[in-house]
Amino acid sequence: MFTAPIAELAPALASKRLSSVELTTALFDRIDALNPRLNAFLARDRKRALGAARAADARLAAGNASPLTGIPIAHKDVLMTAGWKTTCGSRMLENFVAPYSAFVVERLADAGMVLVGKTNMDEFAMGSSSETSYFGPVKNPWNVDYVPGGSSGGSSAVVAARLVPAATGTDTGGSIRQPAALSGVCGLKPTYGVCSRYGLIAFASSLDTPGPFAQTAEDCALLLNAMAGHDPRDSTSVDRPREDYARLLRAPGGAKPLAGVRIGLPKEYFGEGVDTDVAAAVDAALGEFRKLGATTVEVTLPNLDLSVPVYYVIASAEASSNLARFDGVRYGHRAAKYDDLTDMYKKTRAEGFGAEVKRRILIGTYVLSHGYYDAYYLKAQQVRRLIAEGFQHAYQQCDLILGPTAPTAAFKLGAKTSDPVQMYLNDIFTVAGNLTGAPAISIPCGFDRNGLPIGLQLQGNHFRESVILNAAHRYQQATDWQRREPADIALETAR
Amino acid sequence: MALSSAEIQRIAHLARIEITPAEAVDVRAKLDSIFDLIGRMRAVDTAGIVPMSHAQDVTLPLREDIVTETDRRELYQSVSPAVQNGLYLVPKVIE
Repeated sequence: MFTAPIAELAPALASKRLSSVELTTALFDRIDALNPRLNAFLARDRKRALGAARAADARLAAGNASPLTGIPIAHKDVLMTAGWKTTCGSRMLENFVAPYSAFVVERLADAGMVLVGKTNMDEFAMGSSSETSYFGPVKNPWNVDYVPGGSSGGSSAVVAARLVPAATGTDTGGSIRQPAALSGVCGLKPTYGVCSRYGLIAFASSLDTPGPFAQTAEDCALLLNAMAGHDPRDSTSVDRPREDYARLLRAPGGAKPLAGVRIGLPKEYFGEGVDTDVAAAVDAALGEFRKLGATTVEVTLPNLDLSVPVYYVIASAEASSNLARFDGVRYGHRAAKYDDLTDMYKKTRAEGFGAEVKRRILIGTYVLSHGYYDAYYLKAQQVRRLIAEGFQHAYQQCDLILGPTAPTAAFKLGAKTSDPVQMYLNDIFTVAGNLTGAPAISIPCGFDRNGLPIGLQLQGNHFRESVILNAAHRYQQATDWQRREPADIALETAR
Repeated sequence: MALSSAEIQRIAHLARIEITPAEAVDVRAKLDSIFDLIGRMRAVDTAGIVPMSHAQDVTLPLREDIVTETDRRELYQSVSPAVQNGLYLVPKVIE
């Protein structure tokens, strides 16, 4: 019961068959037993969580609960959480206690969710394996010799290991969807602007997007209902009427619940470089979608292969600007010994940042430096438009675009750490969603030859979250990949 | 593309990151391979294409010119490495 999805826990809490204190206690016992093997939490606080659980139980008893009241959650450590250490997986912020909370953190707390802890991540969200954390790599719950994906690998791992039913993440180039795929859970990147970036420690501001992790698409819809909303403190937050992202999921389905839905299949997503097990699993999933009534159409996404180069120019440029704030003056690490102010900056940043973060700052500094702006930054912004126009053209022929989330299942720890380009190419199918700003989900759709989960990505046009979530939900009603749990973890529970 | 050691040091100085000569060798090799990847976008003709700086064509909102923030100096300075009398301490910059 304790490891069930939110949609099953919520009625149990509402009918008093289960209390939030019982649920939180049981999950903390699992966390204490299993986290040492996963290194997925950077901070956790049982006492504080139980306080929140008692408040949630009181709210449930008083009858003014939300569908999320009493449900435990973990936040990616890039999200400011008042009174909690918020490290971004970096030595730079090792002892930084957030003075205020991010918008999405506030909204989920207002909904009555019980915060159990902060999750490990690639340093400043730069990475695709959760290995660049200053606090050590996160391990994949399906096999601890493998990475969970990244950068939100702590959040995907805690949901996969059933340590919490929900977690937050942020997605700048695939950092929610790729770890969701590699860890075998659901991860939703909403449309840029739907969830406020207020209190999200900035990496690349034109791409950064907060979103939820959960076991099911239905749970993601419930979480998004709480996380979405206009926030004047984020100038890019969109001001739209409130939307119930779960509304289509409740409609009666019948035998063909996806009748009328056109699924686009870009040939760019099914070419060479995609592992044969991944291709077979995605193909089988496509068969299910057809059985559910969806039709398919071939589409093309010109210049998609350039999305990774474009991304590394734009994201690095924005990162070099955003991370200039870490100067050892107002917050964070400061070097112990230095000669003068410039030397203090240089030594502070040399000590505080890890190798990958430094590389990205250097790339960004270079492409924005005098004489190179047109050749790199401007060029990347132009190709970004061509890629976005390609998607708009495709969406004239289809409602959703389907393909693998990542070219392979999880890789071994250390397998790609010495070759950044190989690591970057892992995001080939996800980065375009950030360049265009459109929403996408990754859901489990099978396993590879090593027993590691495979992720299926469903993308839609801007603000089409409800259509994406409905298609994913209908697939999950017809299949049971989302119900599979890591074997080791199941053993641990039985003990 | 190949960056020289001098260029690596120039960028590192602009970014205010100290890099030892030994680190510079590794940084240079990795940056070279990354810029090879980035260089692929040069193959596309982008003449006349309007640069896309944002995911949506939004106009930035304006707000009323009124005070919205309260004084939280003490709270914000509580996380600073060095503060005295409400001021951030840095090494001497004026002789």
